[in-house]
Amino acid sequence: MTIQGFAYIALVFLLVLGAAFPLGRYLAAIFEGRVRFLRPLETGIYRLAGVDERRAMGWQSYAVALLLLSVIHFALLYAILRLQFYLPMNPQHIAGMSPRLAFNTAASFATNTNWQAYAPEAQISDGAQAYGLAVHMFISAAAGIAAAAAMMRAFTGNAARLGNFYVDLTRITLYLLLPGALIAAVVLVLAGVPQSFSGFITAHTLQGGTQTIAIGPVAMQEAIKELGTNGGGFFNANSAHPFENPNGWTNLFENWLLLVIGFALPIAFGHMVKDKAQGRALMAAMAIILALGCIGAYAAEAHGNPLQIAAGVAPGGNWEGKEMRFGIAPSTTFNVSATGTSTGAVDSFTDSYTPLGGAVPLFLMQLGEVTPGGVGSGFYTIIVFALFSVFIAGLMVGRTPEYLGKKVQAKEIKLAMLGVLILTLFILAGAGFSLVTKSGLASLANAGPHGLTEMLYGWTSATENNGSAFAGLSADTPLLDYGLGAAMLFGRFAFMIPVLAIAGSLAAKPRLAASAGTFPTTGPLFIGLLIGVIIILGGLQFLPADTLGPLAEHVLLQAGKIF
Amino acid sequence: MILRELRPALSLVVLFTLGLGFILPEAFTGAMQAALPVQANGSLLRQNGQIIGSALIGQNFTGADYFQPRPSALMGTDAKGNAIPTPYDASESGASNLGPTSAALQTAIQQRVAAYVKAYGPGPVPPDAVTSSGSGLDPDISLANALRQAPAIAAARHLPAATVTDLIARTTHHAVLGVIGTDHVNVLELNLALDKLSRP
Repeated sequence: MTIQGFAYIALVFLLVLGAAFPLGRYLAAIFEGRVRFLRPLETGIYRLAGVDERRAMGWQSYAVALLLLSVIHFALLYAILRLQFYLPMNPQHIAGMSPRLAFNTAASFATNTNWQAYAPEAQISDGAQAYGLAVHMFISAAAGIAAAAAMMRAFTGNAARLGNFYVDLTRITLYLLLPGALIAAVVLVLAGVPQSFSGFITAHTLQGGTQTIAIGPVAMQEAIKELGTNGGGFFNANSAHPFENPNGWTNLFENWLLLVIGFALPIAFGHMVKDKAQGRALMAAMAIILALGCIGAYAAEAHGNPLQIAAGVAPGGNWEGKEMRFGIAPSTTFNVSATGTSTGAVDSFTDSYTPLGGAVPLFLMQLGEVTPGGVGSGFYTIIVFALFSVFIAGLMVGRTPEYLGKKVQAKEIKLAMLGVLILTLFILAGAGFSLVTKSGLASLANAGPHGLTEMLYGWTSATENNGSAFAGLSADTPLLDYGLGAAMLFGRFAFMIPVLAIAGSLAAKPRLAASAGTFPTTGPLFIGLLIGVIIILGGLQFLPADTLGPLAEHVLLQAGKIF
Repeated sequence: MILRELRPALSLVVLFTLGLGFILPEAFTGAMQAALPVQANGSLLRQNGQIIGSALIGQNFTGADYFQPRPSALMGTDAKGNAIPTPYDASESGASNLGPTSAALQTAIQQRVAAYVKAYGPGPVPPDAVTSSGSGLDPDISLANALRQAPAIAAARHLPAATVTDLIARTTHHAVLGVIGTDHVNVLELNLALDKLSRP
């Protein structure tokens, strides 16, 4: 561990939180329809699509619209992946995907997960990346942010209306994701990220051999991959690949991109409800947990692997699976940021992290992706935790809890609990079942507790819509293609729909004025309570499984046991 | 209720696919090919008109007169379909994914340490020299690793040791303020510079 390593972590937080305040104000302006610089294009889209932009939707209509659009888009992607051999922009003549892999991949990109059971260089065409995957990276991110905007509106009035899904989706795409991704993509090309449709390149190397170099329209996909917390790499090695992430500067930039919207959303919330301290409190809870994760993972990886030091390797940290140009702290901070958001991008391979270094990304996903979580999904999930917090505080003093003047009653808490339990069920039952089947065990690349962690990580990542992996896991099997595909769909929609129902229920309630008995939802007391609730409700049910995985492995590693 | 939403949902999927999936990447690729052709095409290096590699992508070097890159975990198949190591095959990418308690990793590291000490003499073994990278295409090695290799390279090329260390100093990429990035050298860049001094 070095001062420079901690300085890097501090730098990331400074840049992200500093940008989140102005970006949050801008997001609120988008949600409220005050950003109009592409107004002719926007109204053109509404006219062509038959969208009545003055129509305000109740939660059911909002949920139906979101689901229907996702289902249609899912079906389109499935068709593209199956038929890519016959479709344009396929210079490598890559064959269509198998039904089960196409299902898994379509589920993965429709849910903003970007779990990749395929090897991109060999199994997906440039065209399918661009008009299949990259479009989903925009739209699934925009849909998540739209659901967050709907949740914010639950606290702004008492009209039982959450806004118009199509308008939210269009505005978020046109005014946030498209310009953001364009600017970011130009920056990335300047730094060396390719953008070409020319097909692979053959080089004649210095030693007299040949090298085939995979290349493609990388920069645009890389930009939206980070900005929209998607994570689906153009290449198998994801952001460890030099073409996705050429140097220390791009690594910092991509790290910033994948965090900034997640931290801006609570700030936007503060503007929407005209009480900025509320947004800052949620942001503080997110940032504190993430910062602890960054420090923990950095400490573990900088400490290194005692077995390697015993084998004669000089101290300097655990470098297996890490790229030289980044360094230890930037590598761990990137992976922790990408699992604290639901990005799932990696610039180093978590499967080769030390047990505790790898436990941090796993635990951040298990907390429910709220630090700051996926764009939109992180926000509505932390609202669920905030409702739990005021509920628990209310139980302690025997008062009906309120959040921002909206009474939180049994109905909301039941719906929230339903969402949390669905996630838990998929993770624990899925991983448990896979570990007692032959097919599941055959997918493991590592033995001992590390193998258990591999499988647990896979189900956690899919259910929480993260998409990163302990990548040794062979995920293109019938069990995992279908199982994890279902986990992604349920993890996204079976959580989002109860959340929209909560939003609808809260929206219909009158906003009460704060009284002397109202539990304040700003300030250190609330932030501490919220962090506690996130860790207890989000994390505690996974502790037994984590004990058998990374914690057991840590103890065995110290004892010098290998498998 | 569902029928009412069908037209807008379907239309938006079609419109966004056309706009974001076709027009945007085509227009953006065209603009970048025109404005930044070197970067947009993969920062390729040429010698006598022939592409010799990418400045960003590592290459495999095996000769004793070249600086050696980091181990690469990439695997491919031979003509008979058997799995074989294909280090620095840039048509693919990926890591070993071996965990910290993996016996296979421990054995590999022990073998690499022994080979490194045999090639470059006793002394500390920099971690990057014996661990495989994330991409399998890592173009860089640490400054410490390059300096450890320098005397052997100088001897193989019949160059004064100081010439080679000067070359390393000239091609080192430094961490900005010690915080962003690391002190490292690009192996292809260094070996190219070496070839300019003395053909192998």
